[in-house]
Amino acid sequence: MAGKTLFDKVWDSHVVEQIENGPSVLYIDRHLVHEVTSPVAFGGLEKRGLKVFRPQNTVATADHNVPTVDQHLPIKDLLSRSQVDKLTQNCNKHGITLYGLNHPYQGIVHVIGPETGLTQPGMTIVCGDSHTATHGAFGSVAFGIGTSEVEMVLATQCIMQPKPKKMRITIDGELKKGVTAKDIILYIISKISASGGTGYFIEYAGSAFRNLTMEGRMTVCNMSIECGSRGGLIAPDEVTFEYLKGKDFAPKGEAWDKAVNYWKTLKTDHDAVFDLELKYDTADIEPMITYGTNPGMGIKITGKVPVGTSLPENEKPSFYKSLSYMGIEEGSAMLGKQVDYVFVGSCTNGRIEDLREFARFIKGKKKADNITAWIVPGSKQVEKQAIEEGIMKVLEDAGFKMRQPGCSACLAMNDDKIPEGKYAVSTTNRNFEGRQGPGARTFLASPITAAAAAITGKITDPRDFL
Amino acid sequence: MPIDKFVTIESSCVPLPMDNVDTDQIIPARFLKATSREGFGDNLFRDWRYDKNNQPKPDFVLNNSTYSGSVLVAGKNFGSGSSREHAAWAIYDYGFKVVVSSFFADIFKNNALNVGLLPVQVSENFLSKLFKAIDENPSVKVKVDLENQLITLLSTGESEKFEINRYKKTCLINGYDDIDYLLSLRDKIEVFENNRMAF
Repeated sequence: MAGKTLFDKVWDSHVVEQIENGPSVLYIDRHLVHEVTSPVAFGGLEKRGLKVFRPQNTVATADHNVPTVDQHLPIKDLLSRSQVDKLTQNCNKHGITLYGLNHPYQGIVHVIGPETGLTQPGMTIVCGDSHTATHGAFGSVAFGIGTSEVEMVLATQCIMQPKPKKMRITIDGELKKGVTAKDIILYIISKISASGGTGYFIEYAGSAFRNLTMEGRMTVCNMSIECGSRGGLIAPDEVTFEYLKGKDFAPKGEAWDKAVNYWKTLKTDHDAVFDLELKYDTADIEPMITYGTNPGMGIKITGKVPVGTSLPENEKPSFYKSLSYMGIEEGSAMLGKQVDYVFVGSCTNGRIEDLREFARFIKGKKKADNITAWIVPGSKQVEKQAIEEGIMKVLEDAGFKMRQPGCSACLAMNDDKIPEGKYAVSTTNRNFEGRQGPGARTFLASPITAAAAAITGKITDPRDFL
Repeated sequence: MPIDKFVTIESSCVPLPMDNVDTDQIIPARFLKATSREGFGDNLFRDWRYDKNNQPKPDFVLNNSTYSGSVLVAGKNFGSGSSREHAAWAIYDYGFKVVVSSFFADIFKNNALNVGLLPVQVSENFLSKLFKAIDENPSVKVKVDLENQLITLLSTGESEKFEINRYKKTCLINGYDDIDYLLSLRDKIEVFENNRMAF
């Protein structure tokens, strides 16, 4: 019998029942909840007269709707306020831990899970949010679910899921200067397209991933969904254990040793078989930027936008619609294009390491006059750390201001909207039409490419300053 | 929430020949602030359907009375992006019962099945034929028969079989939802919990 992949090991150990010709009933270890995708689920539960089955396995936070200034004041937007209030009521009623506004652990759900140690190797983790894939960086099976599924987990701690196919993406070698985790994942998506991972769960393997910090691994896994894959994961190792050790909810003492012994078994067997294997070379990966309206439309920052004639006939309408929305010419260079906004934050690049890299880059320089910059920490803990490490001071000296934690302009549910027609270099995950505000135009890039744009006012190769 | 039973339909189609229609287009994030699931159809494809003064854009298909029906036909990778089930609610609430594409994003597909909206995955070839037939005659009808897993273009009689797992098919035909099933497993779930390794 062939060996098992890391994904098989975690998935199979959580199957409560397998339905013939149908889905697995999968047990969920951690259920993360936020204000947007949960109210209807709680409502459904109450209509059935049910209680939350395992409230201790569930943790909630308010992130999508929250303002990033004056968080001590009541939320001005009444609909947002009502959704956040509803979350508080639901959590109180059902005995669920809530890290709400002004709590020291509040933040973007995928930032706080890892930093509190709630996220651990070998777990199944779900949330009504597609970027739940982030937690795969710890060797857990983590994926986004819809509201009906949120209700299932609340009611039974299980969901019903068909087992996905397995893909392994291996990249070995040293990363070139100026290349970050964000560039690796944008590169992968540009290669396999915004739908190339559909139906698969991805394992990222090879030294390029092993050499990343946990923050970098989270950035990679976070964007697995942007190639259509429900999730992506990386085998846990010493870097993982070092990150988790001492975190609030990580096992302690003897339990820690027992956990680490188990976690060390979480890797793909040598003879395991994947449905698809892809290999890339770090020598081909450079700083990346997107030009279009899906994350697969990315190129090397020094490259040129493709021309439509090179595409299959059925892909042309979407391609030209995309360029028209972006106001970008086919065949044009990206370097030197004027930028209006820079956004640093989100569950993709709103962690402390991202702020450190941004700050290191802009230290001693000044923000360009034409740039409006929004720097949004991923959580209260990231904010606190940024203040303690002097990052906030560096930002202020260079003409930047740090806001308060939340999802912010990544999806523009709060007031942080990029105005119509304006260009933003953004460290987020989606460049869809209107994602960052109606009519907003997004270029996805790494924190240092965002930093380069912030000080020059235009799309700039960050290596020019390294 | 219990779902409506799916019965065989014969309907004209609404064509949306774009690839990668993401859930932010289906329902933009700023319309996700409700705490109940009613009324999302009003904002379906909001920014493609209305201009910034809330006036209908005449060139968008939902504003073109030539096209109607309960079957939405769209390009590949439909429903990519966010996990918001609101996208499936909006499509269903607007009046669609079926979405046809050459493939669907995974989370959207699950969400659709969970609200009683049937995703019908067809070959690129069949999808092209559908778009062509609708282009030539906007009132052309398709028949979607879940029992036999068949979609038929009624003008030519051409049909294609589509896949759905047997469990979900039974759920849709009978209007069952997963929670009823999962609740029946609670004892088994407790046994599973008791047998697990704890740190």
